Amino acid sequence: MVSTKRVVLHFPQEAAERPIVCDLALRFGLTFNILRASISPHHEGLMVLEIIGENTKNEEGLKYLQEKGVEIQPLSQDIKKNEQRCIQCGTCVGVCPTAALFIEKPSYMVRYEETKCIACELCVLACPTYAMEALF
Amino acid sequence: MGNTLRSYEEINEKIKKGQAVVVTAEEIIDLVNKNGIEKTAREVDVVTTGTFGAMCSSGAMINIGHTKPRMKISEAYLNGVMAYGGLAAVDLYLGATQVAKDDPLNKVHPGEFKYGGGHVIQDLVAGKDILLEAFAYGTDDYPRKKLVTWINLQTLNQAYLFNPRNAYQNYNVAVNCSEKIIYTYLGLLLPDLGNASFSSAGQLSPLLNDPYYRIVGVGTKIFLGGGTGYVAWQGTQHDPGVKRNEKGIPRGGSGTLAVIGDLKEMSPEWLWGLSLRGYGCSLAVGLGIPIPILDEETLLYCSVRDEDIEAPVVDYSSAYPNGTGEVLGFVNYADLRSGRIHINGRDVPSAPISSYARAREICLILKKWIQEGRFTLTAPVLPLPGIESGVRFRNLPERPLNYNQNGVRR
Repeated sequence: MVSTKRVVLHFPQEAAERPIVCDLALRFGLTFNILRASISPHHEGLMVLEIIGENTKNEEGLKYLQEKGVEIQPLSQDIKKNEQRCIQCGTCVGVCPTAALFIEKPSYMVRYEETKCIACELCVLACPTYAMEALF
Repeated sequence: MGNTLRSYEEINEKIKKGQAVVVTAEEIIDLVNKNGIEKTAREVDVVTTGTFGAMCSSGAMINIGHTKPRMKISEAYLNGVMAYGGLAAVDLYLGATQVAKDDPLNKVHPGEFKYGGGHVIQDLVAGKDILLEAFAYGTDDYPRKKLVTWINLQTLNQAYLFNPRNAYQNYNVAVNCSEKIIYTYLGLLLPDLGNASFSSAGQLSPLLNDPYYRIVGVGTKIFLGGGTGYVAWQGTQHDPGVKRNEKGIPRGGSGTLAVIGDLKEMSPEWLWGLSLRGYGCSLAVGLGIPIPILDEETLLYCSVRDEDIEAPVVDYSSAYPNGTGEVLGFVNYADLRSGRIHINGRDVPSAPISSYARAREICLILKKWIQEGRFTLTAPVLPLPGIESGVRFRNLPERPLNYNQNGVRR
């Protein structure tokens, strides 16, 4: 079965220097979409990746990355909505590209569907009360 | 239509007996739809309105009490945020948008503006101790020159919110027609009409339920910041002459209110410090106004719906900063709340920067207060300037200084 998985990859320095991610396509036949990346040579790096492929290949690909020293986190762990700080204004909703943040009707409360988040962090920039937090 | 149905005194009598019929500005829409104006006006005594959003022209007036020896404060900081001390000895005014003195501002754009006047007000109301640093030049009667101490809301002589401009009657819808992201007081605006941001509570908003200021005036008792307050004056930039639609609703920012209320009664839930990236600090204020249904006309205005209220769409990358007055078009609040509006043939995502959920909560709290006999109504002692007053919002006519050839000012 084909599935889509969104993950955050943390590259230690030695892994950041080698072309590992392209192996997902070459060795495992996976399709991937880089949602965000900040990797520079000789530094640690971070990449938010959407991986599309057969379930078993997905697993194998991620295992391969882990063996190469890449730390993997599911994406939903990384952008959090702090309910205590949220004043339900809705400012984040208009800038969210995937409607992960939306205004629920009829309550008009701002809701966050973590699985839709691509960690672009526009909500973190937009939120006037620091209710949206990036935990990378 | 103009027949008086009830007076303030009669309504207050019913409130004291716990018999007043109170509904919110949202509930009244369905009631009027179902039963019509005439019947509903006979049944309902009060309609409650509310809004909760960024209101930059807000601030707190505090009196800290005298020190020994005495001190006439000329410069003061509360948690590192400058408060205005150009008043009598120990009176201070703290503005909502004042940023902390060591804030890097927009030196690295967009600045974060993590802490400012709005945040100090929220912390003060939350009962937290606030660090006061004050300086003075010293006089014979006020010799002290320096003071560093903790202060707390409970021990201040007076602490009241005094907001020169709140509860804007309608407001702009902000968009960005440029090619780069911009950071405004209406939030982050994505390039090339990437999103639209709006601010009014629409059908719940106080002055949109009383478009001609027939009810709300100086002295009207209100819900303010979780406590009670009063309308103190017309707000700054009050502009009753803005063009109106056939329902009498101004098609843009128009009436405003200056409001006042005791901070000691208020709550940090309803006064919330804001950090607007690239713009600055502000304060989200919760404000609600009860509208007595004195006659059918009052009810007619109170039954306003989001689809009846139109707002101008303004480009905040050019038209707004340059003050050109150019409008890209008008959209109504029903469309804005649907999450999609059409501008220049484009489908643009729309989202509010003021909370409809919490505006509704204010309407409900005020309703409860009135039903329980805890909140009575006051008749205004002075009306707000109306359409016929000639009061209007002017831009500044700049008058450059002239110098002669010797560099002397003429």
